[in-house]
Amino acid sequence: MDALNALVALANFVVIPATAYGAQLSLGALGVTLIYGILRFSNFAHGDTMAFGTMATILFTWVLQGAGISFGPLPTALLALPVGIAITALYVLATDRVVYRFYRKQRAAPVILVIVSMGVMFVTNGVVRFIIGVDDRNFDDGTRFLISARDFRNWTGLDEGLALRSSQAITVVTAVLVVALLFWFLTCTRTGKSMRAFSDNEDLALLSGINPERVVAITWIIVAALATVAGVLYGLDKSFKPFTYFQLLLPIFAAAIVGGLGSPLGAIAGGFIIAYSEVAVTYAWKKVANYALPERFEIDGLGQLLSTDYKFAVSFAILVIVLLFRPTGLFRGKSV
Amino acid sequence: MSNSVRAPLFFGVVVVLFLLTGVMQSWNVALGVLNMGLISAIMALGVNMQWGYAGLFNVGVMGFVALGGLGAVVVSMPPVDEAWAAGGLRVLAALVVGALAIVAAVQTWKRMPHGWARSLSMIAILLVGFIAFRWTFDVAVEAIEDVDPSATGYLGGLGLPVLVAWPIGGLLAAGAAWIVGKTALGLRSDYLAIATLGIAEIIIAVMKNEDWLSRGVKNVIGLPRPVPYEVDLQNSQAFVDRAQGLGIDPVTASSLAVKLAYTGLFTVVLLVVLWLAQAALASPWGRMMRAIRDNEVAAEAMGKDVTKRHLQIFIIGSAVCGLAGAMMTTLDGQLVTSAYQPLRFTFLVWVMVIVGGSGNNWGAVLGGFLIWFLWVQVEPLGLWLMSVITSGLPEGSGLRSHLIAGAAHMRLLTMGIVLLVVLRFSPRGLIPER
Repeated sequence: MDALNALVALANFVVIPATAYGAQLSLGALGVTLIYGILRFSNFAHGDTMAFGTMATILFTWVLQGAGISFGPLPTALLALPVGIAITALYVLATDRVVYRFYRKQRAAPVILVIVSMGVMFVTNGVVRFIIGVDDRNFDDGTRFLISARDFRNWTGLDEGLALRSSQAITVVTAVLVVALLFWFLTCTRTGKSMRAFSDNEDLALLSGINPERVVAITWIIVAALATVAGVLYGLDKSFKPFTYFQLLLPIFAAAIVGGLGSPLGAIAGGFIIAYSEVAVTYAWKKVANYALPERFEIDGLGQLLSTDYKFAVSFAILVIVLLFRPTGLFRGKSV
Repeated sequence: MSNSVRAPLFFGVVVVLFLLTGVMQSWNVALGVLNMGLISAIMALGVNMQWGYAGLFNVGVMGFVALGGLGAVVVSMPPVDEAWAAGGLRVLAALVVGALAIVAAVQTWKRMPHGWARSLSMIAILLVGFIAFRWTFDVAVEAIEDVDPSATGYLGGLGLPVLVAWPIGGLLAAGAAWIVGKTALGLRSDYLAIATLGIAEIIIAVMKNEDWLSRGVKNVIGLPRPVPYEVDLQNSQAFVDRAQGLGIDPVTASSLAVKLAYTGLFTVVLLVVLWLAQAALASPWGRMMRAIRDNEVAAEAMGKDVTKRHLQIFIIGSAVCGLAGAMMTTLDGQLVTSAYQPLRFTFLVWVMVIVGGSGNNWGAVLGGFLIWFLWVQVEPLGLWLMSVITSGLPEGSGLRSHLIAGAAHMRLLTMGIVLLVVLRFSPRGLIPER
C-alpha cells in the first residue's frame, strides 16, 4: 500500500500542479517564441500582454455575470475568453502600428526593439493597473474540484487523497486544444506556411511574394490569443495579480530559450521542463519519501531542496546550464 | 542644436524644476527629490558604462543596487555577538564548503577528459557538496535566527562607520558581477538580458529568505547615519538660535539641514564618479571600448580581448550601481527587501539612460535627475489631472473614485510613453553622444 500512497502523493503534490503550470508556461513561451521567430526580438512586454488579456477577459466575465449568464459547471471566464482575445488582439495590433512598425521599417537592431518593448511593457503595465488595480482577483466561479481529496480517499481507502481541481483539468485540455490548433495552422494552412517561410528566411519569403505586413499582423493576433489563453488559465488556476504576471516573464523566457528560441515544439518542451523542475526542487519531499522508503531510512526534515521563494533560481539555473552546454536550446532554435 | 547648447539648456530646466518644487510645494520635498535624483544619476552612470560604452544589455540593475544596500547593513550595523556565538562561524564554514564544492566541480569539468565519467563525477561532487553544505548550514541558520528574532535574529554587521559601507557595497556588487559575467557574458545580447533579469530576482530572493544575513522581510531598521539626527539638532541650543536667526522654524530647519548634509555628500560622490567616468571615456581605454561596441569583430581582429573587456566594464558598471544602492539604503536608514521592484530599480534606470542619452555621461546624469523628478511628480500631477477631469461627475460616483484611485498608476504609463517618444523622435537621447 505504501508504494501506492507514495504514487498518489506524488501525483497530487507534484505531477498534477506541475503539469498545469507547465501547460500555462508553454502557452506563454509559444507566444515569445513566435514573436522571436517572425519579428526577431525578445518581447519583454509579453508578461504584461498576458495580464492585459486576462484583464479584458475578467472585465467581460463581470459583464456576463452581471447579466446572469453562466457556463454551468465551467468558469464563466471561458465564455468571455473570445472577447478577451479580440480586445487583446486589437491592443497588440495597435502597439505594432504605433510603435514597432516604425523600427521594422528602419530595420533597427534587435536590441533596440527589445528596449522599445520595455517601453510597451511600462505602458501596458500602467494601463492594466489603471483599469483593474493591483489587487489579487479570483474570478473562477465554476465547480472547484473534479475529484476532491476526501472523495478519493473514500473510493480507494488509501491514506493519501488525490485532488484534481477543475481549473487544472481545464488548463490541460485547453492547452492541448490550442497547441493542436496552432500546429495545424502552422503546418497545414497557406498562411501558416507563409509564416514559417518568413521565419526561416525573410528575404526569400519576400521574393516569393509573401506580404510581410500580413504575416506580422497574423503573428500578433496569434500571440495575443496565446497570451490571453495562458493568462486566463494561470489566473483561473491561481489568481490574477498584475505583478505576478510581470514576474512570469522570467520562467516564460527560460522555457522559450531552453527549448530553443523560434522553435514552437521547443517552447512546449521548455515549459514543461521548467515547470517540473521548479515544483520538484521546491517541493517538500518528506511525505513521498517516507511512503516510498523502508521505515529505517525515514527522514525527519522537510526534504525540501530549496525554499519555495527560490523557484526563480531554478528557472535560471536550468537556463544557464542549457545556454552553456547547448547555446541554441534543446530544439536548435535560431540566433540573431 | 549642438551639445554645448543642449546640455546647459536641459540642466537649466532641471534646476528650474527643482526651484519650482521648492517654491510651490516645499523645500523639504525639493531636497528629498534632489537627493534621490543624485543617487539615480549615479545608478544611470553605472548603466551607461555598460550600455553606452560597451553595449552590454544588463537588466539586473536591481540586484546590484540591492547588494549595495546589503553592503551598508553588513558594514555599519553593530554585530550581534550572541548570534555569532550561536552559529556565526558555522555559517561561514558552510559557505566555504559550498564554494569549494563548486570550485571542485568546475575544475573536474575542466581537467577530466570528455565523456560520461566526467559528467557523473561532476554531478557526484555537486551532490555531496550540497548535502555537506546543507548539513553544516541549516543547524547554524536555525541557531542564529532563534537569537531574539523580533529584534535581531541575524548576524549583524561589522559596526564600522557607514561611509565605509559605500565602497564596500560597490565591491559586493562587483563580486556578484564577476560571477554573473563569467557565466553569462559570452551570450548574445537578448540572452544576457534574460540572464541578468534572473540574477537580480535571485539576489532579491536570497535577501528575502536568508534571515541570518539580512533579516529577510523583517527588514533592518535604524542604520547608523553619516549625518546628525534631527532630534539632536533640535536639542542643540546653538542650532535653534541660528535657525531662528534665519527666521525658520527649528523643526523644519533641522530636517532641511540633514537633507542638505546628504545632498553635499552625494554631490561629492557624483562628481567623483562623473569625473572618473569622463576621464575613462576620453582615455585610450574609452576609445577601445567604443570601438568594441561599434564593431566587435574588427576590434577582435585588432587584437583586443573582447570578452575580457566586456567582463571588466560589466564589473565596473555594476560596482557603480552597488555604490548607489549603498547610498540609497543609508539615506533611507533601513533595508526593506520587499521594496526592490524590477520596474522601479531596473527598468526605470534604463529609461533614465535612454532618455538622457546613452554613451554620454552628462546625458545619463541629466536623465537621472529628470526622470526621477517626473517619477515623483507624476503622481500629484495625475491626481490633479484626474480631479479636474472628474469634476463634472457627481460626488461619490463609482467612475470618479476609480479614476482618482487609478491616478497612482499614472507613473508607469508616463514612463513608458516618455521612453517610447524619446526612442522614436530622438533615439540618441536628450544629450547625444558625439
